[in-house]
Amino acid sequence: MTLGLSLGIVVGYLLFALAVGLVAYRVSETTAEDYYLASRSIGTVVLLFTTFATLLSAFTFFGGPNLAFAAGPEWLIVMGTLDGVLFAVLWYAIGYKQWLIGNRNGYVTLGEMLGDRFGSTGLRALVAGVSLLWLFPYVMLQQMGAGEALVGLTDGVVPYWGGAALITAFMILYVVLAGMRGVAWTDTIQGLFMLSVVWIAAVWVVSAVGGVGAATGAMLEARPEFGSFGGGVYSVGFIVSTAITIAFGVTMFPQINQRFFVAKSGETLKRSFALWPVLVLLLFVPAFMLGAWAAGMPVDVPDGANVLPVVLNEYTPAWFAALVIAGAMAAMMSSSDSMLLSGSSYFTRDLYRPVVNADASERREAWVARIGVAGFALLAFVASLFRPGTLIEVGDTAFSGFALLALPVICALYWERTTRTGMIVGVLVPQLVYLAVVLSAVVGSVPTLPRAVFGGWDIALGLMALSAVLTVGVSLLTAPTAESDASRFAVTGD
Amino acid sequence: MVRSRRDIVWLPTFALLVAFAVPWPLWGVDRVVAGLPVWIWWHVAWLGLCTVLFSLFARSGAWERGMGLRPEGDRP
Repeated sequence: MTLGLSLGIVVGYLLFALAVGLVAYRVSETTAEDYYLASRSIGTVVLLFTTFATLLSAFTFFGGPNLAFAAGPEWLIVMGTLDGVLFAVLWYAIGYKQWLIGNRNGYVTLGEMLGDRFGSTGLRALVAGVSLLWLFPYVMLQQMGAGEALVGLTDGVVPYWGGAALITAFMILYVVLAGMRGVAWTDTIQGLFMLSVVWIAAVWVVSAVGGVGAATGAMLEARPEFGSFGGGVYSVGFIVSTAITIAFGVTMFPQINQRFFVAKSGETLKRSFALWPVLVLLLFVPAFMLGAWAAGMPVDVPDGANVLPVVLNEYTPAWFAALVIAGAMAAMMSSSDSMLLSGSSYFTRDLYRPVVNADASERREAWVARIGVAGFALLAFVASLFRPGTLIEVGDTAFSGFALLALPVICALYWERTTRTGMIVGVLVPQLVYLAVVLSAVVGSVPTLPRAVFGGWDIALGLMALSAVLTVGVSLLTAPTAESDASRFAVTGD
Repeated sequence: MVRSRRDIVWLPTFALLVAFAVPWPLWGVDRVVAGLPVWIWWHVAWLGLCTVLFSLFARSGAWERGMGLRPEGDRP
């Protein structure tokens, strides 16, 4: 009975979210082209929440609490620092600059902006290709998270693959039916809903165990080392490299980076920037502390399940636990969809049109985008069945891959002397090295290359440095090509 | 260029805000204050400080001057 109720609520909520998307689609009758350009009118609240929606992923709801449960509440510090502070600074340095440039020249994607500045279709396609490559594990992460969430919620009655398949089906349905539009304000509704239920959940659980002090006390009794800052997996190297790679990586995420082009005015970016640290904290504190406190609770977390659903099942009524999981899955679905949609605009604008078929009709392009999204989501689903790592590991792989793009892009934005060859070498070489490292862990027949060295320092941090050195070094050694035009990135004068 | 010399101070400010969002001075400290480890309070307070300073940065005109633009209110 309870099981049926839980599943009913999850599926019902997902259908409801789908309906909201459909209504949004009907209300905003815009063409595919209009979607991106009309989006230049996005205001503060919507911009803030569509960006926030990226945080509403399996990485935050399930991966974070799982890590806090296993290793201690320091994860709150790592995520708060990288997302609340470092990302905000990059929001200004990369985001505002891109907004100024995009506003002058009408860019819609990162690849388009760089391709135009350096007069290179190859660079444009390279940036789009790299972005799509790392989007893959991040979409897969949502499927893994959903699979594990339903295992936790139903005590294993629904198998892992069932949950993963459910969210994949909804992802594809959402994209094909609700299409390319209206995603922004469904993100906003989902964001507000999840922020509220996570707090209600925290208050509910904490009052059931006798208050914050008692929860922390029980946690420290079970795991005394959780009380002191640092130690265990949280080495200096881990904290610094995780914070840096994820923060830089987030700025290069297709749907985040695309948001940098779409704000209505500079004012919108400014207000979002100042509110960001507080908003981030509001989500992370209850989510991650619940995970850490669970270490002191008499709950039994089955292998391969997420800790948050288990805790909710124990301390809150079944309908509420199911509602939180449903909300989390719907939020994950809608943020995966903004990722898939931005990804599809990278695919059609930067790869399909310039490289494959320049004369494709708009109708054909829209179909290519949809088929591409469905194929992408299905492949990610298949890959998610192999469960190649924990949620945090898979997420971190994706973030690091994106992070390797960040420094060459910053170089291009601020240094006029950057050349096309410098950009291509600076992007391509670190990507190839990192890809070799990642694949060596997946492919059984080759020795696994280390991901971290000297006690937790991520190899990706070194590759970020390499990307900057290569971009600057090769740019100094080569002359700008005739097609490149540094004035495209100027923000003053006419 | 309308970049003011005083704006340079924002560079080290941002660096400090990022660096000490992690409560490094409390490394290994295990005191519990008001129900939570004291280093979590440091982090919460620090992010509050970030929001205050970020909005000051945005409102002071340094936001535009940092990109070589003239703030709205400054136009002759």
